Amino acid sequence: MKILAAMSGGVDSAVAAARAVDAGHEVVGVHLALSRAGGTLRTGSRGCCTIEDAMDARRAADRLGIPFYVWDFSERFRDDVIEDFVAEYRAGRTPNPCMRCNEKIKFAALLERAIELGFDAVCTGHYALLVDGPDGRELHRASDAAKDQSYVLGVLTAEQLAHTYFPLGTTPTKALVRAEAAERGLTVAQKPDSHDICFIPDGDTRGWLADRVGAADGDVVDRSGAVVGAHQGAHAFTVGQRRGLSLGVPAPDGKPRFVLEVRPVTNTVVVGPKEALATSEIAGTRRSWAGRPPSDPPFSCEVQIRAHAEPVAAQAEITGDEIVVRPASPFDGVAPGQTAVLYDGTRVLGQFTISRTVSAVPVAG
Amino acid sequence: MTAYFDHAATTPLRPEARAAWLAAADVVGNASSVHGPGQSARRILEQAREEVAAALDCDPIEVVFTSGGTESINLAIKGLWWSRQPGVDAVVLPDGEHHATMDTVEWLRTAEGAEVVAVPLASTGAIPVDAFAAALPGAALATALVANNEVGTVSDAAALASAAAAAAVPLHLDAVGAAGVIEVRFAQWRGGGRGPAGLVALSVSGHKIGAPVGTGALVVSRHAALSPLLHGGGQQRGLRSGTQDVPGAAALAAALSAAERGRAGEAERLARLRARLVAGIRDEIPEAELLGDPDLRLPGNVHVHFPGAAGETLLFLLDQADVAVSTGSACQAGVAEPSHVVRALGRDERAARSVLRFTMGRTSTAEEVERLLAALPGAYARAVAAGSR
Repeated sequence: MKILAAMSGGVDSAVAAARAVDAGHEVVGVHLALSRAGGTLRTGSRGCCTIEDAMDARRAADRLGIPFYVWDFSERFRDDVIEDFVAEYRAGRTPNPCMRCNEKIKFAALLERAIELGFDAVCTGHYALLVDGPDGRELHRASDAAKDQSYVLGVLTAEQLAHTYFPLGTTPTKALVRAEAAERGLTVAQKPDSHDICFIPDGDTRGWLADRVGAADGDVVDRSGAVVGAHQGAHAFTVGQRRGLSLGVPAPDGKPRFVLEVRPVTNTVVVGPKEALATSEIAGTRRSWAGRPPSDPPFSCEVQIRAHAEPVAAQAEITGDEIVVRPASPFDGVAPGQTAVLYDGTRVLGQFTISRTVSAVPVAG
Repeated sequence: MTAYFDHAATTPLRPEARAAWLAAADVVGNASSVHGPGQSARRILEQAREEVAAALDCDPIEVVFTSGGTESINLAIKGLWWSRQPGVDAVVLPDGEHHATMDTVEWLRTAEGAEVVAVPLASTGAIPVDAFAAALPGAALATALVANNEVGTVSDAAALASAAAAAAVPLHLDAVGAAGVIEVRFAQWRGGGRGPAGLVALSVSGHKIGAPVGTGALVVSRHAALSPLLHGGGQQRGLRSGTQDVPGAAALAAALSAAERGRAGEAERLARLRARLVAGIRDEIPEAELLGDPDLRLPGNVHVHFPGAAGETLLFLLDQADVAVSTGSACQAGVAEPSHVVRALGRDERAARSVLRFTMGRTSTAEEVERLLAALPGAYARAVAAGSR
């Protein structure tokens, strides 16, 4: 196969490219320039895609003896990922930009260009398994549950999955990948993983958002509508959050309060007891299937609502435009805007963007 | 074997240059040492200086050997700035100059308070003499490309030099892409002036003409007022301290002399290759548009706008077919940048990302041209299909 290996400059994508080469494929390495704020050096493990990252990716490609290019996707990235991120926060939702990037850039814009240029697949260092099942390509969790990244790949459709290549899915631990990198003479073997959001290199998401969304003072209210405190910018809060609430009025039961809802229209943040975070139903209209859509709604599945959340057994049903999911036991805090990925055992069925939630604890009175 | 169309980026080492370098490298001695061995090295160095002076039409004492085009340009621009009259702070900078020039002037602006006076280019890429002359009065210095390294257009260096002399402004000419390719005549362009104004400096780069990377020269008029970048032993009139690179100078001189000897014949040969390439592109890709002046241009340069195709994608596809071309320039990470020169011709951002530069040189052959022409149409069709993704 002709494979385009996306190389971020990190150890995972470098080893993935190496394995593609070993498997006998014709591999070309590409580093995506996603930010135009280039010219920086990496400091610590924040952020991504600095000059140094591009250099690390290039040296890995040199070591593997494959051609290497840097392609500029910064405009698409700005429009589809960064601006979407800001817009979601403005609307009071909690976006996941990594999913948006996978959905729009890595496995869309890049994949389309790769196919146009004669490649059969895009290879990345994601930890996930591709299995050829009876009905076609299937996406499954990686062997190592702790490193499994099938969640962020939940947006991929069957068509996209047919053109992806994830060589790391079978490796039990990250430590083994690093050891393999060292053995192969890749200089990135001990490079720290990048955390945080790649386009916010100093990790200060709150400050970054304040610059773009604006920070207007507003009320913090309880579920009855009573004002219990103040905030300096609703974007700094997400459902389930406890920190950062400076509340003048203690809760009647004396227990800590948590963010239940962010309302951008009135610039208010709604807080309440931990129990109120319990969510008995989630729903959304924007969905995709990683293969043939399930034919008989309602159907059983496991639902994962965050990259590192435990999957929860649930029933899913499609009514009209919406897919509605009811967990066997309530979710603990669900932020609209997040993605719910549906699993059948280790297999990814599909995903939807959560737009509506129902609390398990009705408001008293 | 790759079909190589990026001679403007660098070109193969000439056999004369390699031979001269090796011979000089075996002569041990610091050219500044007074004793016999030093004199032997010195002899080679000064022979090289004379040859470079002859090739560029200046006096040997006016040749300052440097590490290359970027150093020469930095030395000229910063050196003239630091020697300027107090209170005279304008720098005349045409659009579309090389990054070594632009970035140096930008540094003067932000760090030294220079006022930059821009001169727009004509749509052909030439520096308009009238506009240049109009920008000069009161300037501390002016700089200009003899020939544009991207679109290949040759400006009227003699007229620009006259204008600078008339306005009493020191002028630096960037001849990095022009030396050894078209006629470069320092003394003739400078005219007979005896003051520190008019044409006073001219930059040359070794690896563009078949000498090693790390060689170059700056012609500095004996009448110029120029401060050095490097301080130290005071070599080369105090303008460029540091133990002199004798093998480098010997190689540069050999390359420049060889280039000058063959210049007329080579220009004709390249013009023929160019004509074939242009005709081929016109036949196969009617949408393609040639940029730069059709006649007044570097003989080996063909610069083309490919509507609807990203230069980055074309470069990739041609590279996969073992044909090496350029989009003009790339950033440090390796991303193809939209050409500021194409923007300076008055074209939009889209066009600036949809161009390729083909530059031929001493080793270019008709067979290479045919290989490029064979690969282009398919690459163009594919790049258009891939759109702007």
